[in-house]
Amino acid sequence: MKIEPIKKNNYKLGFSKPDTSIFKLPKGINKKIVETISYYKNEPDWMRKFRLRAFEIFENKMMPSWGADLSGINFRDFYYFISPTDKKFNNWKDVPYDIKNTYEKIGIPQAEQKMLAGVGAQYDSEVIYNNLKKQWEKQGVIFCDPDTAVQKYPDIVKHYFGTVIGPEDNKFAALNSAVWSGGSFIYVPKNVQVTIPLQAYFRINSASFGQFERTLIIAEERSCVHYIEGCSAPIYSKESMHAGVVEIIVKKGARVKYTTIQNWSNNVYNLVTKRMVIEEDGIGEWVDGNIGSKATMKYPCLILKGKGAKGEILSLAFASNGQHQDTGGKAIHLAPYTTSNIVAKSVSVKGGKSSFRGLVKIVKGAHNSRSYMRCNALILDKLSCAQTFPAHIVDENNTILEHEATVSKIGEKQLFYLMSRGLSEQQATSLIVNGFIEPIVKELPLEYAVELNRLIELSMEGAIG
Amino acid sequence: MDLEFSAIMNKNSLVISNLYVQTNDGKEILHGVSLRIKKGEIHAIMGPNGSGKSTLAQALMGNPNYIITRGKIKIDGIDVTKLSPDKRAQYGLFLGFQDPVEIPGVNFGSFLRMAVNENKKKEKRISPIAFRKQLLEQADVFAFKKDILSRNLNEGFSGGEKKKSEILQLSLLKPVYAILDEPDSGLDIDGLKFIARTISSLSHKFGLALITHYQRILKFIKPDFIHVLVDGKIAETGDYVLVKKIEKKGYRQYIKN
Repeated sequence: MKIEPIKKNNYKLGFSKPDTSIFKLPKGINKKIVETISYYKNEPDWMRKFRLRAFEIFENKMMPSWGADLSGINFRDFYYFISPTDKKFNNWKDVPYDIKNTYEKIGIPQAEQKMLAGVGAQYDSEVIYNNLKKQWEKQGVIFCDPDTAVQKYPDIVKHYFGTVIGPEDNKFAALNSAVWSGGSFIYVPKNVQVTIPLQAYFRINSASFGQFERTLIIAEERSCVHYIEGCSAPIYSKESMHAGVVEIIVKKGARVKYTTIQNWSNNVYNLVTKRMVIEEDGIGEWVDGNIGSKATMKYPCLILKGKGAKGEILSLAFASNGQHQDTGGKAIHLAPYTTSNIVAKSVSVKGGKSSFRGLVKIVKGAHNSRSYMRCNALILDKLSCAQTFPAHIVDENNTILEHEATVSKIGEKQLFYLMSRGLSEQQATSLIVNGFIEPIVKELPLEYAVELNRLIELSMEGAIG
Repeated sequence: MDLEFSAIMNKNSLVISNLYVQTNDGKEILHGVSLRIKKGEIHAIMGPNGSGKSTLAQALMGNPNYIITRGKIKIDGIDVTKLSPDKRAQYGLFLGFQDPVEIPGVNFGSFLRMAVNENKKKEKRISPIAFRKQLLEQADVFAFKKDILSRNLNEGFSGGEKKKSEILQLSLLKPVYAILDEPDSGLDIDGLKFIARTISSLSHKFGLALITHYQRILKFIKPDFIHVLVDGKIAETGDYVLVKKIEKKGYRQYIKN
């Protein structure tokens, strides 16, 4: 294996890791690559072993035989580790025209456009970030990337890392466990309420939009935090696979909300495992929006472990030309008096395909639990399609389960009504679609919601007739 | 009538000439309907259930489920027979729906502002603040609660609110010709009076085709012409006296066979 010479770090801007040297491993994955990643990151032995064990599991795991078509994935074609500085500077000239065009149309400032396209970082937010950071630190809140956390807070990381989603879980969780880099690490101490949402945006560096990002959130008893990541504008990635893992631990009486909007460019396979364990009287919420990528497979999961735990999943999928959004949600009720609420909305347009998979499992003993699952799919034209696969496994009698699913075409009556008021077919369609997804969009921070609406209007262009 | 005169007549009129309309499954509903509605006139179109009144309204507005097989619709001399509903609206046509559809998640105020702006292409667009003020004033006139601005389009509106909302839209969009499809149906006498009063008090001048099954609304809105539509054809046209005749004898007098 050839390792390119390590150059002295010249990267002074922003606040990303100081030791960002140019370092690149060859394409493909093997044990040596995994070891080199760990070595390069100067990791403790337990993490190195964790990675190696995960790699072994990855090698032996089968590809999922269901869900989106993943036959286009060739594991030998990817780089599994590229150091941040090397990766950072994509060439603006190489960013595809349609992505630049979208940035223009949804009105994103140029500096931010470049950041999203992986050309540069968002420096303007540094001041804000540092001020906020002081507040958090006073409260004992830790918010950094997991690489830093492994070095600075090894005890906490070691205690929780991989406990919610083990490498055994699925092939992509195993792959992530073996080669992960970047992501977020959040620790909120007992009784601390973080009032301002923590946003990955504040500490954008190249690692944040990594291919194999790893997020770990621990909310101690009666604490509260809202984490927001991603953005509604398309993120251009040269690398065509994103396999993330998100683990969240919600302790007794704590509350965690995790909001993601992902809009990867349409060459990307987006395969993410997200799971949250919620202890007694805790509340966990996933808000998950998927509007880009070539194929997405993502089913945020709630494990309601403690008595009285509550969980909610709001999922939004938007599938356009050549895209398959295979998304949904899972709720596993392990304790009595637990409640879960899953609401999924999907829109298919221009030949896009969306599939909803919902699973509710209530085990014996989880009495007086209740679950509500709703899935609404909207199809805009004859080329597009939508599927729903709800599943219920209930081993306890004393429970309440509700389920509702609709697949509908855009209403002719609604279109005619709006057009009779002078709106064009495209405007009318956008309005109906935005109205359809409104229950989820209103849960998003305002700037995301505005951008999302504009983006959907844009996606409607040429979709009619 | 010479050609020039006819052109002048057409200029300030909604002209429907010899209109044949069938449904998507090929059933012919209208068999040659002709009407001329001048700006400022009120025409009542009456008739028994199933005579084609609503079909006429839908076909005039351009509902794609109703196919015009013969005849023409002209707005101020412009042939709109083959135009889409939004284009017809922009030429000044408005349809007040009998049972307006609910559109979840679409804010009533934002929708209306969008519609108002679309209908004034060349003029300056109205600012959100100015529009809000206008809408609130109108909402007050129509005795809507203030929360109308934050509600979704027709969603959860009561029967009466739906009817009022259609007229409110008419008052803000200021069309040149309006078709109101049974604005009185399902209303009690107070609701009926209120709707009739607001229609009569609309400040801008427009031509009105008022479709109704019952004559009671015509006590409050005096039409210039009455047309009786039976079996997809205009059976009789006259002035207010015709209402008295229908009141006495019903529609049965027109039904042959």
